[in-house]
Amino acid sequence: MSQTMLSPPRPRLTSRPLVRRFLSHRLATFGLIAIVALTLACILLPFVLPFSDTQINMRARFTVPFTEFWHPLGTDPMGRDTLARILMAGRISLSIGFAAMLVSMGIGIVVGLTAGFYGGVIGTALMRFVDAMLCFPSIFLILAISALTSPTIPGIILLIAATSWMEVARVVEAQTRSLKIRDYAVAAAAYGARPGRIMLKEILPNAIAPIIVAATLNVANAILAESYISFLGFGIQPPTPSWGNMLNNAQTYLTSAPWLAIVPGFAITLAVTSFNFLGDGLRDALDPRADH
Amino acid sequence: MLVIVSIIGFTILHLAPGGPMSQFASDGSMTQADLDRMAETLGLNRPLPVQYLDWAGRMLTGDWGISFRDRQPVLHIITSHLGATVELMASATLIAVVLGIVIGTLGAIRRYSLFDSLATIGAMIALSIPTFWFGLVIIYVFSVGLDWLPPGNRYTVGDGSLLNRLHHLIGPSLVLGLVSTAIWSRYMRSSMLDVINQDYIRTARAKGVSEPRILMRHAMRNAILPMITIAGIQIPSLLSGALVTETVFTWPGMGRLFLDSISYRDYPVVMGILMFSAVLVLLGSLIADLCYSLADPRISRQP
Repeated sequence: MSQTMLSPPRPRLTSRPLVRRFLSHRLATFGLIAIVALTLACILLPFVLPFSDTQINMRARFTVPFTEFWHPLGTDPMGRDTLARILMAGRISLSIGFAAMLVSMGIGIVVGLTAGFYGGVIGTALMRFVDAMLCFPSIFLILAISALTSPTIPGIILLIAATSWMEVARVVEAQTRSLKIRDYAVAAAAYGARPGRIMLKEILPNAIAPIIVAATLNVANAILAESYISFLGFGIQPPTPSWGNMLNNAQTYLTSAPWLAIVPGFAITLAVTSFNFLGDGLRDALDPRADH
Repeated sequence: MLVIVSIIGFTILHLAPGGPMSQFASDGSMTQADLDRMAETLGLNRPLPVQYLDWAGRMLTGDWGISFRDRQPVLHIITSHLGATVELMASATLIAVVLGIVIGTLGAIRRYSLFDSLATIGAMIALSIPTFWFGLVIIYVFSVGLDWLPPGNRYTVGDGSLLNRLHHLIGPSLVLGLVSTAIWSRYMRSSMLDVINQDYIRTARAKGVSEPRILMRHAMRNAILPMITIAGIQIPSLLSGALVTETVFTWPGMGRLFLDSISYRDYPVVMGILMFSAVLVLLGSLIADLCYSLADPRISRQP
């Protein structure tokens, strides 16, 4: 506290370049690096490993991690390599996270733009619908529908998206309402631009910062949601591995083979934490006024 | 609001492929004629809006239907499982409130200190850990490894004493409370920061009031006030968390009941729990609003 009481608080340096501000947020950098590393590992490493995720080896059942060079993370009750399975599961879980985010962003942006731009009856009705959807604990809804329909991977993506677009819609609606009365939006309307054009060309680009932040946090939540339903047995079905259903099997062997539970859980935590850190850092970088 | 919520819930479940009859349709001994007769008895062959009005009317009068599985009234089944869930949620919230207020306050008065940074990172990680995995870790460490805590259930069969119940409650409520603790401490920190930078705190300091007294008497009351609304917002995530926690700890609550019911395709119970939790969520935010206006005279004076 070198400032004296009377001097005005120093304004934050908003001229600092975006990248610098982002990098100064060490946790966000960590998150970004972890995400890139994890994604690359899941894409590339399976080509290098000597085992596929489905290769059963009954002689190598329950190998303890770090005891054998070729099974660095041990093996499961069927002698399948945990590392290979984690990476293949990562492909599934991460792509579900990204895809669900894209779909839910799409729904959220359309609903939010429409509600915010037109307001009135349409806006109220849409936002009421958003409020109503938020009343259901999302896991309950996802579980009920996935149990009734036993969805495939695209189905699960749609389900997660259908229960996670509401926050985005709220953010976009608030942004749209404040942006549509800005001069440039009004000017575009005066030039005779159609509503669709104003929304897409004038409003959306200016609301992109909070949307990107919401998108990042959305991936984190989608990965979590997938792991929840797969863990409970209603998501991705074995033999396709996902981080969630690997934990489902691991519960049985908790005493004899704890690594089967620890490794996938750690993978989920790492991925979700990274996206949360990244989202937090992006919020700082893109909106210097926000002080949370 | 409740009307919109109920329409959404009803529509989703009835339009899902298979529909309410799928449980019976998968039974090979049933002929199409049996199914049709059954649909007629259950009133499932009428148009959806009619079914909805009928169902909503009966919901209002307390007739929530009969479970497909054990022929018990749905409302009775739900209320008999409610106690365990409320017990779990209440103790988790208690832990979260106490820990959250302490961590948040310490973080605010020692802003940017090592403790504050660790608390920030810790909260972020706590929000990212899958509840079920944390539950498994707790069971592995404290039940399997150290043998301090029971690995599940609400009490030992044949021993329903209070102590035994509390002992069983520790693990699951810690697990369920983790996420809430993170959220509470974050909000408490920012709320406390708002308060301690205000003029009346400076005035109190200038008058020579001791720091602990300022904190407890002047700052705490005003910082906790906005937390009331957080309690209301927390209910959906608490319910979702309870479902998973109950599964891991074989806790006989509403979440377990829900999972069992969806595996049996027990439509009336699934529908009942969905509506019940939505009502809980709505009630929660309503009560939070009311409490807030009672606690904060600035709000209640407004027309």
